Amino acid sequence: MAIPKVCGIETEYGILVRGPVSDAVANPVTASSLLINAYLATHQRRVGWDFEDESPASDARGFRVDDLLAPEIETHLVNAVLTNGARYYVDHAHPEISTPECLTAREVVLFDRAAEQIVRASMNAAAGLLPPGAEILCHKNNSDGKGNSYGCHENYLIAREVPFARIVQQITPHFVTRQVVVGAGKVGCELPGVAADAVPYQLSQRADFFEEEVGLETTLKRPIVNTRDEPHADPSKYRRLHVIVGDANMSETATLVKVGATAVVLAMIEDDFLGDDLALAAPVAAIRQVSHDPSLRQTVLLRSGRRFTAMQVQIALLERAQQYAGSRGLGAVGEEVGREVLAAWEATLAGLERDPNTVAHQVDWVAKQRLIDAYADRHRIDPGDARLKALDLQYHDMRAERCLALRVGLDTLVLPDAVDRATTEPPTTTRAYFRGRCLAKWPDEIAAANWDSIVFDVGRDPLRRVPMMEPLRGTAEYVASLIDESDTPTELLARLGS
Amino acid sequence: MAERTQKQKPAPSRTDEQAESAPVVAASGDKLKAELDDLLDEIDDVLETNAEDFVKSYVQKGGE
Repeated sequence: MAIPKVCGIETEYGILVRGPVSDAVANPVTASSLLINAYLATHQRRVGWDFEDESPASDARGFRVDDLLAPEIETHLVNAVLTNGARYYVDHAHPEISTPECLTAREVVLFDRAAEQIVRASMNAAAGLLPPGAEILCHKNNSDGKGNSYGCHENYLIAREVPFARIVQQITPHFVTRQVVVGAGKVGCELPGVAADAVPYQLSQRADFFEEEVGLETTLKRPIVNTRDEPHADPSKYRRLHVIVGDANMSETATLVKVGATAVVLAMIEDDFLGDDLALAAPVAAIRQVSHDPSLRQTVLLRSGRRFTAMQVQIALLERAQQYAGSRGLGAVGEEVGREVLAAWEATLAGLERDPNTVAHQVDWVAKQRLIDAYADRHRIDPGDARLKALDLQYHDMRAERCLALRVGLDTLVLPDAVDRATTEPPTTTRAYFRGRCLAKWPDEIAAANWDSIVFDVGRDPLRRVPMMEPLRGTAEYVASLIDESDTPTELLARLGS
Repeated sequence: MAERTQKQKPAPSRTDEQAESAPVVAASGDKLKAELDDLLDEIDDVLETNAEDFVKSYVQKGGE
């Protein structure tokens, strides 16, 4: 039986500095630090990230890769843990938030929304530190339209014993075709050697940037399946599948289906329920071709020799997921949320098949395309006009008063009150609960924290590291009363040790 | 000409299907269009004043 698909999202936001600022602040690395520091100064006590157990050069195929460009960890840059269990830091030249570990796709939707709210609060806090007329703007997108991309990564817990080759083989058709449902849409094309307006509009922000089927890289020669083997959990029992192929979504339904459907497909792979027959002949060519075809009509070649549209591949995957739900249940993704995910996935595919306009409130690329087409029509402007690219950028704008995604009628799945709470309170269902609660209760006695441990500084004793190698320990069920009943970390540590 | 006639007369089963689903789609289509029209009416207040400069200045470093 597949293990629970503990999951989360890490989003790098686009950042732009405008107005009368020094060259130093105009630098995106400095601006990202300023943004995050401004938030921390106004919202919570700072606790730093602990890099003890990070090993981004480990490869899931079973070897270490130290001589190629391993993902950099810039330890001198701001890097904080939040009381909701999230990590907020500067990655390369972007502010990035990793949601806390979640048990279901619905929780991911909530904490992804909370992350947006944290970024918005950061922009406001930063404005107070900048000269009049200066501002830092953030966008939840994945490309600047000029060939530079930054990621929205997903993570899923998988049993270590599942052969990695099976995961690669069987998840790839989903990663290539899911963009018909969860693509965020993009004006123009960024494929090297192709004119930007040769593709006036495409489904995905990211598809142009994928050059390999499988590999360790995330910044160059990006692979459809990333092999980083850094489980942040007991490595003898778990893998963390690090997914770099997705777009950042503005639609909550899209985030729900992106994470939920992928979790179900991974559960099917883990239980060896899915099979190999949807394997594609040329995944890299296919991911671009699918993205470049908003008509959804072109077919891609399967290794079996058959030709399917991306829609047909998605429908085949959905049908198998429905069979899986019937025969094995959806325990691995949460029964109720799993049913909600399958229903939303089915409704979206059915709508896309009938008429994409019918899913304009659920699918980002459809919502954006409708807006762009209507604007171009009203003002009689041609593809390639800068105003259309501006609409694309502003769809993802984190300023509420400028964000177009907030104005196109997208369905919402989470209530504003719950989002507010999720900016400071952790999920109760994973070890993020322990991290977040301890941080809120004893910020002065925590020296550092990371995904799989917390380091307490309780005065005269040496630092005490509490390992959290099990993502489903440290939940409210296990530790709420322990934390409630402990007045000091020393008491907590004594209770934990007993 | 024959081809055109054929297109105007879809197969009977298809007609039934359309007759059943058409009003719903049309209604939601009108609603969607009205929403978009409202948005386009106010969009000049929301859009960056100089779209060309905004787009040109939007340069990011690669990430991840």
